[in-house]
Amino acid sequence: MSKIGIVINREYKERVTKKSFIISTILLPLLMIVLMAAPALLMTYSTSESKTIMVVDNSNVIAGNLQNTDEVTYVITNEPVDSLLADKSIDAVLIIDQDIVNKPSGLSLYTNEASSMNIESNIRSQVEATIEQERLKQYDIENLDKILEEVKANVSMQTYRNDKEDGNKASSSELSYIIGLLMDMLLYFFLMLYGQMVMTSIIEEKNNRVLEIMVSSIKPAQLMLGKIVGIGLVAVTQVLIWAVLISICSGVLLPALMPADVMNEVTAYSAGTIDITTATNDIDMLHIISVLSNVGYILTLFAYLLLFLVGGFLFYAALYAAIGSAVDNIQDAGQFQGIVLTPVIIGFVLSTSIVADPNSTLATVMSMIPFTSPMIMMSRIPFGIASWEIVVSLVILYASFFGMVWVSAKIYRVGIFMYGKKPTIKEIIRWVKYK
Amino acid sequence: MLKVENVSKSYIGHVALDNVSLNVPEGSVYGLLGPNGAGKTTLIRIVNHITAPDSGVVYFNGHQLNANDVYDIGYLPEERGLYKKMKVGEQAVFFARLKGLSRYEATIRLKEWFDRFGILDWWDRKVEELSKGMAQKVQFIITVLHRPRLLIFDEPFSGFDPINAKLLKDEILRLRDMGSTIIFSTHNMSSVEEICDHITLINKSKNILSGSVDEIRNNYVRNKYVLTFDGDGNQLLDDLSPLLIGQRTLTEMDNGRVSAMIKVAPNSSLRDVISIANERVVLRSINEAIPSMNDIFIEAVQSSNS
Repeated sequence: MSKIGIVINREYKERVTKKSFIISTILLPLLMIVLMAAPALLMTYSTSESKTIMVVDNSNVIAGNLQNTDEVTYVITNEPVDSLLADKSIDAVLIIDQDIVNKPSGLSLYTNEASSMNIESNIRSQVEATIEQERLKQYDIENLDKILEEVKANVSMQTYRNDKEDGNKASSSELSYIIGLLMDMLLYFFLMLYGQMVMTSIIEEKNNRVLEIMVSSIKPAQLMLGKIVGIGLVAVTQVLIWAVLISICSGVLLPALMPADVMNEVTAYSAGTIDITTATNDIDMLHIISVLSNVGYILTLFAYLLLFLVGGFLFYAALYAAIGSAVDNIQDAGQFQGIVLTPVIIGFVLSTSIVADPNSTLATVMSMIPFTSPMIMMSRIPFGIASWEIVVSLVILYASFFGMVWVSAKIYRVGIFMYGKKPTIKEIIRWVKYK
Repeated sequence: MLKVENVSKSYIGHVALDNVSLNVPEGSVYGLLGPNGAGKTTLIRIVNHITAPDSGVVYFNGHQLNANDVYDIGYLPEERGLYKKMKVGEQAVFFARLKGLSRYEATIRLKEWFDRFGILDWWDRKVEELSKGMAQKVQFIITVLHRPRLLIFDEPFSGFDPINAKLLKDEILRLRDMGSTIIFSTHNMSSVEEICDHITLINKSKNILSGSVDEIRNNYVRNKYVLTFDGDGNQLLDDLSPLLIGQRTLTEMDNGRVSAMIKVAPNSSLRDVISIANERVVLRSINEAIPSMNDIFIEAVQSSNS
C-alpha cells in the first residue's frame, strides 16, 4: 500500500469505528424519517374531535344552508342567547344578525375553548357562499341554479417538464423546493462538520507533535491529502448508508404505512392513468407520495449529492487543512474560519432564494463558482436543470480542488512547524512562495 | 555516510543555516551540538528531506539525498507525540508501515522490541494511558524498527529517569555496533562525552567546531595546565605572565595550597614555566588540564559570539 493509502486507512478506520459515528449515522436518518412521515401520517389518520356549534339565526337565511362536516356539526336552535352563552358545556355559539345578507359583518362566534382555524374558515366560507347565493337571487335571474351549476369549476393544475426526454413526468415546484432545501441542508451540514473535522484533527496532530514524527516518513502534502481523503471517505460512507436507509423507507416503509386506497391511486398517478375527476385523494398529496416512494428518483438525488458533496468537501477541506496547519488552537482558527464560513453561508442563504427562481442569471453564475456551487446546485437540481450545467459546474469544482490543494499544501508544509504566534494573512501568503 | 556541503537555508528575516558543511563517517556516533536556535533542527529537517536547502547539497551513502532515503533514516524528534486515542501496538505498526515494512514484518519485529523493553503488556492499551517515559520508549522503538542505516536522535534522554536513560544509551550503542550511523543532537554534554566519537558545534547558523572528540579535546587541552603549590599565587602569575596567554585563574584550596590554571603561550615552553615556578613557590603538582566538553562548548560559543 502506498503511504497515502496507509494514512487514508488510518484516518478512515479511526473514525468509522467510533461510537459517535455509528450512532449519528443510524439515528439521524431515523429522526429525519419520523419528521418526514409524521405529517403524512397525521394527514391520513387524524380524526380530530367533532365540535357542535349552536346556531342562532336571526336572519332565517343562513342556518338552513349550513352543511355539517367531519369537524363541525351545526345545530339550529331558538333558545335565548343568554342561556346558550351561560351553558359552558356547549362548544360554541354562532349568532347571525338579521340583516346578514346586506351587512356581512353581522356574524359572531362565541367559543368555550380556543376555536380552530379550520372551524372559523369553514363557517366563514359557508356563510359567504350562502350570502352570495342570496344576493344573486335578488337579481331574479332565470334558471339560476342551473347556471350556477354550469359555471362551477374545479381547477387542478399539473405542471409538466417540456424540455426533458421523459417530460411526461409531472414536476411540482413546491416539492422540488422542499427537496432542494433538504439536500442543501444536508450538504451544508456535511461540509461544515467534516471540513472542521479536518481542521481540528490537524490542530490536534500539531499540538501533540505527532506531526514531527510523521513528516520524517511522509511528505507533508501526502499527509494532508491522506487526511482529507480519509475523512472524505467517512462522509461518503455516511451518505451511502443514509441513501440505503432512506431508499428502504421510501420503497418499502412508505407504501406499507399508507392506506391501500391511497397507494392504488398513487400507482395510477405515477403511471399517468389516473382520472383526476374521480380521484378521492388530493392530487398534490398523491404527487408528493409518488415522488417520495420513487426509489430511483431518490437514488438519483443522492448520486448528485455525493458528486457535489465530495467535490465541495475536497475543496473546503483543503482550505480547512491550511487553516488548521497555520494555527495552534481552535480559538485562533476563528478569524480564518470566517474566510471559509462566509461563502458557505452565503451559498446556503442564497440557495433559499434561488429556489424561487432556479434559472436566474445569479443562480447560473453562482453554480459555477466553486465556493458556492455545491450548495446552489443541490438546491437547483430537483427542479431539473440542463446536464451540461451540472457537468461544467462539477468540472470547475474538481479542478479548483486541485488548485486549492496545491496552495494549501504549501501553507501546510510551513504551518505545521510554526508554533506560538498566530500568523497574519500576509505571512501565510508569503509561506506559499517558499521554496 | 552523510555529507553536508555548504548548506544554507534562510527564512524571512532570519538565517537558519549559513554555509554549513559536515561529514558523518560510517558507523560513528556523531554529536550535533549547539545552543537553542542555532539551526540544528533545521539541519536535521534538511537531512530528513522535510525541507529543502536554499543552496548546498546533501549526500547520503554517496548519492545525492532523495525522497526514498527516508526508508534508510530513523528520526526521533525532540518534540514528539503519538496519536492519543490509538492503541499502542496498532500505532507502532502504522508508523512502521509508513517506513516501508509490511504489517506482518512490523508486528514480528515490534513484539521482539516490546518484549526487550518489557512493555509487551501495553500492546493493546491506548496511548493516552501511557506515562511519558513509556511513550518515549514506544517512540524510540518506532524510530529504530525499520533498521535504518542512519539514526537521528534529538535530545533522546530528555524525560527519562537514570535507569531508563542507561537502557536507552546501551541500545543506542548496540545499534551502532550493529552497523548504524547515529547522529545525536543534544545540549547534554556529559552524554556527548560518553557516547559521541565525532561532533559538530553549530552556533548562530554556522559550523564553528567540527571533528573527532579526541582531536577537539586535544586542541583545547594543548598548553593548559593546573599547578598546585604553596606560596603567593598572585606574585607567581605576575612573574609568569610573559609566558602565558588567555585566561588564568587562581583558587585557594581547603588545605591552604593554591591552585592555578594557566595556558602557556605557543612560543614559550612548559620547562621555563616550571623553572620560574620552582624559584617562586613550592610546587606540589603539575597536571595537564583536561577540559570537559561542557567547557569546550561554552568557550567555543563565547569566542564565536565575540
